[in-house]
Amino acid sequence: MEFREKDIISIKDFSKGEINYILNYSKKMIPYAKGEKFKGILKGKVLSSLFFEPSTRTRLSFESAMNRLGGKVIGFSDPSGTSQKKGESLADTIRMADSYSDAIVIRHPHEGAARLAAEFAEVPVLNAGDGAGRHPTQCLLDLFTILSEKKRIEKNKVVLLGDLKYGRTVHSLAYALSLYSIDLVFVSPASLKMPKEVIDECKELGVEPTQTSNLEKAIQDADVLYVTRIQRERFPDAEEYNRVVGTYKIDNDLLENGKKNLIIMHPLPRVTEIDPEVDKTPHAIYFKQAFNGVPVRMALLSLVLGGEL
Amino acid sequence: MKKELKIPRIKDGTVIDHITPGNAVKVLRILRIPRSTSSVVSVAINVKSHLGKKDIVKVENRELDPHEVDKIALIAPKATINIIRDYEVAEKHRVRLPDEITGIVTCSNPTCVSNANEPVKSRFRVINSDPPRIKCYYCEREPEDISERII
Repeated sequence: MEFREKDIISIKDFSKGEINYILNYSKKMIPYAKGEKFKGILKGKVLSSLFFEPSTRTRLSFESAMNRLGGKVIGFSDPSGTSQKKGESLADTIRMADSYSDAIVIRHPHEGAARLAAEFAEVPVLNAGDGAGRHPTQCLLDLFTILSEKKRIEKNKVVLLGDLKYGRTVHSLAYALSLYSIDLVFVSPASLKMPKEVIDECKELGVEPTQTSNLEKAIQDADVLYVTRIQRERFPDAEEYNRVVGTYKIDNDLLENGKKNLIIMHPLPRVTEIDPEVDKTPHAIYFKQAFNGVPVRMALLSLVLGGEL
Repeated sequence: MKKELKIPRIKDGTVIDHITPGNAVKVLRILRIPRSTSSVVSVAINVKSHLGKKDIVKVENRELDPHEVDKIALIAPKATINIIRDYEVAEKHRVRLPDEITGIVTCSNPTCVSNANEPVKSRFRVINSDPPRIKCYYCEREPEDISERII
């Protein structure tokens, strides 16, 4: 399978076979991601890390991934000190980064920014989140986490919970999960339901998602509970926000209704949606999920830069 | 009673017929008329026909490139293009949307990068021709009000 020089813009650019290949290759990266083994397969390579929006996990894990494979990282995590502030177009910034490095990672507030970057760059572009749009590496690390914990993606019942309307990760994830034969349940407040176009895409792939607002019932026979943050600014008043957030809070009482081997995932940062008491239970996988960003991004960088293990 | 034409026959040129009533002006905009031509252009709006009402555009002394005209299928999917030579219909075809539309419609998503100050034209993939449905190449959103978004 050929990934060299390929842009990583949207999960939809990949076939199921390609996704499986990336996930299997990511598994091989784990000891290297933990620092237990080292092989400088990207030695001499330079990655431009262009973060026009704040990020903790995505930026650090990309940079860690590049360093763990022997490569170097240049870039910025705050555009205020760059020519963007002087009005430079994204296209020109990309042309410059293209000439300074072997690959570009970009997070940008505008949807489609990574696709645009790929048009102006000769080197591969990896999308680290474009506005409310796509975030393919998050999607891949989510799939990788389910695969690692459940040994397969197929046949699981996956509940997606929270802000399903605006949530960047859940749209790509719903699509990607539908490539596998799974049960998909969407739980959200009425005002933050999964958009119809995402549901239609799932159906086109042969998965009929169930929609409900009843979390207790939904998790009874679930294998995976994927929680997302509900943002205060989506609600007209604080009272309504507090009511909704209270309804969807995950704590140990709620989890008594679930299977023993139910895993809880969250793209982080979390606010109040998961009670810290859950962190100590075997259900809590979200910190492991955050770590999985490193082996998955190592696999991607290694594949597009042609330095395979 | 002698049947009268609302706009006279043309000797040579292009007739765009069966335009969805009320959309003739938008068709002109898509075809960049009058900027793209100095020929005489006649427009008839809400003309009665056996299929109800329709709009008609006639461009004299110019044979429009069918691929260019196909773009009007965005707002007039049932339109026909007639190439006229010496008062006769020399060629006739139904408009057919191309696979991709560039620089004609703006993306409805205000935070799409194609609406930022970048050196790119708007670009859409056509996902259905009648009714027309298009998806932004950059942000993957589908504008619902295509006719309102024509540049």
